[in-house]
Amino acid sequence: MTAPSIPSHSHLDDLEAESIFIFREVAASFRHPVMLYSIGKDSSVLLHLLRKAFYPARPPMPLLHVDTTWKFREMIAFRDQVVAAGDVEVLVHINQDGVRQGISPQTHGATVHTDVMKTVALKQALDQYGFDAAIGGARRDEEKSRAKERIFSFRNAQHRWDPRSQRPEFWHTYNTHIRKGESVRVFPLSNWTEMDVWQYIQREGISVVPLYFAKPRPVVERDGALIMVDDERFVLREGETVQMRDVRFRTLGCYPLTGAVESSADTLAKIIDEMASSRSSERQGRVIDQDPTASMERKKQEGYF
Amino acid sequence: MLLPTDMTDTSPAPGLLRFITCGSVDDGKSSLLGRLLYDAGMLPDDQLAALARDSRRQHADAGDVLDFSLLTDGLDAERQQGITIDVAYRYFHTARRSFIVADCPGHEQYTRNMATGASNAELAVVLVDARKGLLPQTRRHTYICGLLGIRQVVLAVNKMDLVDYDQAVYAAIAAQYRELAQEMGIVEVHCLPVVALTGDNVGARSSRMPWYTGDSLLELLESVEVTPFRAADFRMPVQWVNRPDHSFRGYAGTICGGRVSCGDEVVVQPGGQRARIERIVSADGDLPDAADGQAVTLCLDREIDVSRGDVIADALRPAPVADQFTCHLLWMGDAALLPNRTYWLKIGTRTVNARVMSIKYKVDVNSQARLAARHLALNEVGYCALGLDDAIAFEAYARNRTLGGFILIDRQSNATVACGMLDF
Ligand SMILES: Nc1nc2c(ncn2[C@@H]2O[C@H](COP(=O)(O)OP(=O)(O)O)[C@@H](O)[C@H]2O)c(=O)[nH]1
Repeated sequence: MTAPSIPSHSHLDDLEAESIFIFREVAASFRHPVMLYSIGKDSSVLLHLLRKAFYPARPPMPLLHVDTTWKFREMIAFRDQVVAAGDVEVLVHINQDGVRQGISPQTHGATVHTDVMKTVALKQALDQYGFDAAIGGARRDEEKSRAKERIFSFRNAQHRWDPRSQRPEFWHTYNTHIRKGESVRVFPLSNWTEMDVWQYIQREGISVVPLYFAKPRPVVERDGALIMVDDERFVLREGETVQMRDVRFRTLGCYPLTGAVESSADTLAKIIDEMASSRSSERQGRVIDQDPTASMERKKQEGYF
Repeated sequence: MLLPTDMTDTSPAPGLLRFITCGSVDDGKSSLLGRLLYDAGMLPDDQLAALARDSRRQHADAGDVLDFSLLTDGLDAERQQGITIDVAYRYFHTARRSFIVADCPGHEQYTRNMATGASNAELAVVLVDARKGLLPQTRRHTYICGLLGIRQVVLAVNKMDLVDYDQAVYAAIAAQYRELAQEMGIVEVHCLPVVALTGDNVGARSSRMPWYTGDSLLELLESVEVTPFRAADFRMPVQWVNRPDHSFRGYAGTICGGRVSCGDEVVVQPGGQRARIERIVSADGDLPDAADGQAVTLCLDREIDVSRGDVIADALRPAPVADQFTCHLLWMGDAALLPNRTYWLKIGTRTVNARVMSIKYKVDVNSQARLAARHLALNEVGYCALGLDDAIAFEAYARNRTLGGFILIDRQSNATVACGMLDF
């Protein structure tokens, strides 16, 4: 793969305009929209587009971070900088039932942890605040079931996605009509690729969590992945030793479930170069996706983003 | 990774191409698209490994052949039934161009999903099986493409290996297709013979069909020029009134035709109030002018009443305004279209009440014969008279997709029950 060269009016301009249109359509059509903010690079791009869409006004919707309590510390520090910027309200939701039960990816495994602390937590927050539209950063190039999802994706009152009865979606004429209790998930980055995201971050000077850039970090090798030891809760298994290695992350999530890649790419330009010559896909580092191929489809039907 | 084309090519990049692929079940559409991604160097190792594993599972007897059709069959429901139900979007690029592919189902039952894919596409790749030639489905797919405004089609005659790479077979199909496409209003047709399975004429030209001297499919897609599907006159549907405080009032929207500069006189439609453009605001600073496709915020030089759904247009060449139309409707509701029932009609950013007053005729999507009709059922196309509660600014669909294309929404179920293309 070569990085496509970017002329003055590029496909990035088209993608940006399409995303801004989607943000505005949400703000104009729903009573109580929210933008899901997961702190990763896609969320950074979303936030940038949110600000652009409504400039010079402040963003007319809050951000919601569903905190599983197992995010990398640098992610939380980055989120707190966004809060400090002060132009947008940031809501943080933690599933307190899960905390009381002591749910953790280490003792309960990836599937239970993700279900309780992410999927259930998200549904709790959406119900608690009564959001009728939730904007997320998922891209169609990430995964097979996402490739088939609409930009405005209808959810019933139980937050379920029904892949068999999706509303047809013509042009950019989105059907935003829903009944009370129902909601939509909206994906303004549907047509962006991972390469587009990085090239846009570079072009626009968007800041991202430093974990995307290579540097020596403490990691252990586990089940073929490099897992970073981010705090004292990390329990070493027998035979595991912590080593310092030059690594970076292609996607960010809960630290015990997120694999690092060995890399020396410590600038945006190097990340883009590395990706252009890379032979593996982005979600490979995500432990939760290595269930059967159809797992994402099932999780989405149950209300996962 | 593999470089599909000659890297020394210095011609300017022609930009993003959105295209759809359509064909009947088993024509080899999934194989062709998978092969195209492979030849463009877009399949990462882990995906190739998963594909090899899936291929072995599906074809225990076929050795290590990669079955590219398994790449694009996304949903569980589809895998179980072995068919494509919904549009799948795929992304790839070469050094010359970025592509968005909407892989559309071919079955008549899913015509609405194919039309969904076609609505945002500039070009269609239509597939036929060389052994079968043109089928009723080929007519239907081409008709839907034409209806949704696609002007360019690439006909890929697949499975040439099964007709001994015979030029005469190919030439007959290509000639027939050119005739058919012309009937459907397709302006430009490119034909080529391919073998999706082995990639002949997909990424590179095939040595097994030396009689074919044109471009490979990938070369064709890289170089094809897309004529913009757009009216030249300035139009912008107002999406959002931006009013952070009393000192600022702007109208946010995406320009859907022409260009606008500061100082230009505009008219707000359908009301008809005039004003001049004072500022073109963007988060990157004010702009002197802006063009089709840009998302901007316009400030006017005087206070007039403008709200979401209005269209800001060139004052010298405004859009027509009307409350009665004729249009083509593609019906997508599970329940039939009932004339005189009220639906919501959404066009651009405007939503109004609408009724279908009469169905002049329906079109058999396979033969294009015009038939008398009292109602329209799922996946049927009709030519209808439409009445709205309020007048709107619009354009004929052939001039402007945004101001000529609309959807109908059922007021009880909220389902999207039709898409329509305005005539006049
Ligand atoms: N011999 C031959 N078989 C092909 C060719 N293209 C596809 N096939 C086979 O035709 C069948 C249907 O292909 P598939 O891509 O799934 O078709 P789709 O239903 O149109 O997506 C599969 O068994 C393919 O292996 C070709 O060019 N030559």
